[in-house]
Amino acid sequence: MVEVLLQYYPEFFKGLRLTLILVGLSVCIGFLLSLPIALARLSNIRPVRRLAKSYIFFFRGTPMLVQLFLLYYGLSQFESVKESILWKGFLESPFWCAVIAISFNSAAYMAEILVGGIRAVPRGQIEAGLAVGMSAHVLFWRITLPQAIRIALPNYSNEVIFLVKSSALASTITLMDLTGVTRTLVSKTYMPVPMYLFAGLLYISLNYTIAKFFKILERWLIPQRHA
Amino acid sequence: MNDASPPLQSSVVMNRKGSVAAVSVLDLHKSYGSNQVLKGVSLVAQDHDVISIIGSSGSGKSTLLRCINLLEMPDQGEIRIKDELIAIKRTVNFAKPAKAKQIERLRTRLGMVFQNFNLWSHMTVLQNVIEAPIHVKKIPNSEAIEKAEALLHKVGIYDKRHEYPAFLSGGEKQRAAIARALAMEPQVMLFDEPTSSLDPERVGEVLKVIRTLAEEGRTMIMVTHEMHFAREVSSEIIYIHQGKIAEQGKPEQVLGDPQTEQCRNFLARHLRPRDTLKLEP
Ligand SMILES: Nc1ncnc2c1ncn2[C@@H]1O[C@H](COP(=O)(O)OP(=O)(O)O)[C@@H](O)[C@H]1O
Ligand SMILES: [Mg+2]
Repeated sequence: MVEVLLQYYPEFFKGLRLTLILVGLSVCIGFLLSLPIALARLSNIRPVRRLAKSYIFFFRGTPMLVQLFLLYYGLSQFESVKESILWKGFLESPFWCAVIAISFNSAAYMAEILVGGIRAVPRGQIEAGLAVGMSAHVLFWRITLPQAIRIALPNYSNEVIFLVKSSALASTITLMDLTGVTRTLVSKTYMPVPMYLFAGLLYISLNYTIAKFFKILERWLIPQRHA
Repeated sequence: MNDASPPLQSSVVMNRKGSVAAVSVLDLHKSYGSNQVLKGVSLVAQDHDVISIIGSSGSGKSTLLRCINLLEMPDQGEIRIKDELIAIKRTVNFAKPAKAKQIERLRTRLGMVFQNFNLWSHMTVLQNVIEAPIHVKKIPNSEAIEKAEALLHKVGIYDKRHEYPAFLSGGEKQRAAIARALAMEPQVMLFDEPTSSLDPERVGEVLKVIRTLAEEGRTMIMVTHEMHFAREVSSEIIYIHQGKIAEQGKPEQVLGDPQTEQCRNFLARHLRPRDTLKLEP
C-alpha cells in the first residue's frame, strides 16, 4: 500500500496543483463577479434587482454538475459558438469550461454572502460617513464594503472550502485534477482504498490550510475581535 | 417665553449686526408613520451660539438634530446653513434631497457627534480622523495627518492614535469622535447626547473638551441631559416637549424660572442639587 503511494505520489501532486489552479482562479473571478451582482441585488431599480435575483436563483438552485455539463457539452451543439473567436482555445477546452462553471457558481454564492454582509453593517457606521459628507460612492468603498467583507469573512472561508470540494466535478469533463488523477490511478492499479484515502488526506490538508489562512486574515483585518 | 419661535416666514435670518445666522430652522415637521415627532420647530443659531436642547426621552430632540444635517428628512419646513437653503424634493409619499451634492457639501460644514460614537470600527483612531479630510475634502495625506495629530493632542488621546476603537474607553471613543468631526473644520458642531452612553466617571473628560470648544467661540447645538454643564456653557436653552419647543431662552430663564408645568416637572427630575440655579449674574 505504501509502495503504490510512493510510486504514484508525484501524480497526486500534479492533480493537487490543477485543483489549486482551478479553485484559485475561480475564487478570484467569482469574487470580482459577486461585487456587481450583489450591488445589482441591492439596487433600487427593479429590473436590475430581478436580474441579479434570477442569476443567484439559477446558480444556487441547480447542481454544479448540471451547469458544468450544460457548458461543456451544450455549447458545442451550437454552430455559431463553434465558429466564434471564443471557441478556439477557450470554450472548447474543458479547463476553461470548469473555470467558468465554478466561477459563475461561486459568484452567486459570494454575492449572497456579500449582500448579507452589507445588510449587517451597523447603521451608525453608515450615518457617521454620511455626516462627514461622504458621497454614496466613497461611503461604499471606504466604509460599507470593508465592513461587509469583515462581517462575512467566516462565510467566505466556508465558501472556498466548499469550492475545493466541488472542483472534484471537473474530473467528469476529463480534467486531471486531484480527483481525476485518483480515478485514473484506481483504474490502473485496482487499489481504490489507498488511492482515495490519500486523495482525501490531500483535500483535508488543503482545506485545513484554507481555514487557517482565513483565521490569520481575520486576525489581521479584525484585530479587535482578538482583544 | 412660552412661544418664542421666530415669525413663520421664508427668509434668511439675520442677527442684530446684520450677519447671517449659522443655522436657521423654520417650522420643521417630521412624522414616522402616524407618530408625529416634530410639530413645527424653529430655531436659529447665530455664530458663536451654544444652544442646548433639553427634554424628556422621546420628545424629538435627536430627530431635530438629525434633520439639521439631513440624516432624517423633514416632511415640512426649511433648513438653512448660512444663507443656503437645503433643497428638498417632496412627493406625496416621500421626501428626499433634491441635490445629493448639495447635501454632501453642507454636511461637511456640520460636525456631528453621536451618542454611540459611531467610530469606524475597521480603522484606527488616526485613520478615523483623517478619513474624511482625505477622501471627502481631498486634502493631501501628510497635511491631514499633521492636523489630525494636533487635534488628537487637543482632545488628549494622541498616545492612543494607533489603537482601534474597540480598545478605547467610552470617554476616549467620544473624544476621538469629536476630533473626527473637528477635522473637517465644520462651522457648526452638532452633539447628540455626547455623554449619555458613558460611565459616570468618564463624563467629565468629554465635557471638558466640549467646554474648550465653547470657549473658543464655536457654534454648537447640543442635545444633553447634563443640566449643570448646559447652564454653564450655553447661550440659549431650548426645552422640547412632545415635538414642540415649550420653552426657550437664556439658561437662567429656562432653568431658573421655567414657565410651563412640564418644564418644571422635567427639571425637578433632572436637576441635581448642585444644579439649582443661584440667581446671580
Ligand atoms: N427611525 C425611526 N423610525 C420610527 N420612529 C422613530 C425613529 N426615530 C425616532 N422615532 C420615534 O420618534 C420619537 C422621538 O425620537 P427621538 O427624536 O429619538 O427622541 P429623543 O432624542 O428626544 O429621545 C420617538 O417616539 C421615537 O420612537
Ligand atoms: Mg435622543
